[in-house]
Amino acid sequence: MIIKQLSVFLENKTGRLTELTGILAENDINISAFSIADAADYGILRMIVGRPELAAEVLKKHGFTVKITDVVGMIIPHRPGGLHKALQIISDNNVAIDYMYAFASGECKATVVIRGESLQKIINVLQEHKMELLMEGDVYQV
Amino acid sequence: MIWNKHYECMEREELRKVQGERLQELVKRVYDAVPFYKMQLQKKGIEPGDIKDIEDLKKLPFTTKQDLRDNYPFGLFALPQSDIVRFHASSGTTGKPTVVGYTHNDIQMWSEVVARSLTMADVTKSDIIQVAYGYGLFTGGLGLHYGAEKVGASVIPISGGNTKKQLQLLEDFGSTVIACTPSYAAYLGESLEEEKIDPGKIKLRAGIFGAEPWTTEMRSQIEQLLGIKAFDIYGLTEIIGPGVSMECHFQRGMHIFEDHFIPEIINPETEEVLPYGELGELVFTTVTKEAMPLIRYRTRDLTRLHAETCECGRTLVRMEKCVGRSDDMLIIRGVNVFPSQVESVLLEMSETKPHYLIVVNRENNLDTLEIQVEVEEEFFSDEVKELEGLRQRIKSNISSTLGISAIIRLVEPGTIERSMGKAKRVVDNRNIQ
Repeated sequence: MIIKQLSVFLENKTGRLTELTGILAENDINISAFSIADAADYGILRMIVGRPELAAEVLKKHGFTVKITDVVGMIIPHRPGGLHKALQIISDNNVAIDYMYAFASGECKATVVIRGESLQKIINVLQEHKMELLMEGDVYQV
Repeated sequence: MIWNKHYECMEREELRKVQGERLQELVKRVYDAVPFYKMQLQKKGIEPGDIKDIEDLKKLPFTTKQDLRDNYPFGLFALPQSDIVRFHASSGTTGKPTVVGYTHNDIQMWSEVVARSLTMADVTKSDIIQVAYGYGLFTGGLGLHYGAEKVGASVIPISGGNTKKQLQLLEDFGSTVIACTPSYAAYLGESLEEEKIDPGKIKLRAGIFGAEPWTTEMRSQIEQLLGIKAFDIYGLTEIIGPGVSMECHFQRGMHIFEDHFIPEIINPETEEVLPYGELGELVFTTVTKEAMPLIRYRTRDLTRLHAETCECGRTLVRMEKCVGRSDDMLIIRGVNVFPSQVESVLLEMSETKPHYLIVVNRENNLDTLEIQVEVEEEFFSDEVKELEGLRQRIKSNISSTLGISAIIRLVEPGTIERSMGKAKRVVDNRNIQ
């Protein structure tokens, strides 16, 4: 249930991101989800990709600072109130979240990628409340 | 005007005699009192008795900043703590500062040389002098302060920064002389325009500027902005602070107060003494200082000396504006910065490696210091708060070691150029030579 996310340190330089997506394209690695946290002069790119280990390896080879981070993928209904219900469960149970980002997949479902202090606790809480979680097998083709 | 005609206009032959006598006495004094000097002299097979006149100066060993560091903090002091009345310090080459001590007589001597300097700019008891050098461990503020009191001027000990207040006092108190770094003077001049202060209300007529390199273009810019004559003063903490030398109205180099500080120019590689007029590294021997005398101290400043009598009547040797350094020291906002200090900060921190680049710029006449630090893969966290925390920790460690604040930029590993195994550590865009 723990999913591998690719985190990349990116300097704020023209073309740096394009360089990265080019490398992934060349190696036939698909990007399922993607977010950038931006600070003053750098950004942190977080991605869910197909074959994360291979992606990390080729990016490192090209001089990128890469880290594989564990995250949880939570599937919620793609309709008003869907995210709210899920977040209510998380906050009611006092689970600390470091960051999250979401993407809609298809007509009726959306996926929220969550990174928090204790992933196991997040998984436990969500499962207790019958929330659907993304499995490692299907995630990389989301 | 000349503060001390006796020494400032002394026949050079007579001056050399005075220097020789003082040197003899100095060598005896440090041989007995400072184990470091005794060892250095013994290594060269020199007894104090071998030093008979000023010609023997070149027999003596050099003293370097590294020696000060090895003897940190008080190892080079020639007198016990009970005789020390003050400390000052400047940046060392690594985390530890360079410490100097002063006896009561040293403070008197320092006041004397600063009084001589101020007199070169015609400062008298009719002047109000705004001392906008930093007060504290830095020698600028208190050095100018005591000298100005000695000539009897009214001193405004405002210290550095706080530009609005500086302008207010310039206007309200009617300061006639200002002492600060040249870059701050230029900044004040521009602020004067921005604040739309009527130049007619400003009574400034002279500025005493030093502690950092500046160009003749900057001099004319400052003179024009503030409506003053700008004078160059030179000094370094190890020797005494400001007041080692100062230019007179003719501005043909800075007169070195040779009865206290004996200058030499050497080839920095061969250490051979060069004749007047040749470019080399400036070396000083302090013949009257009591607390921490220095023998043949290598300043690392590159300049030339000229010994012809000046039109002002002074016979004292004149040194040109320094044209550079024989080491990698940078002077940023009047503060000495060594790349090795940045390196030692990064080495001490567990989450950084010493892969860095120092970028110095001058924006609106103020120096900015940016340090680019590579984010090591093993310490890379994908959380902004972690990276920002790291940036803050680097920033505060750097500023407490360097004594000035820096902009820290986190960059990708491998992006800082490594040439021939030895990286290029400094990009100085100020163009101050």
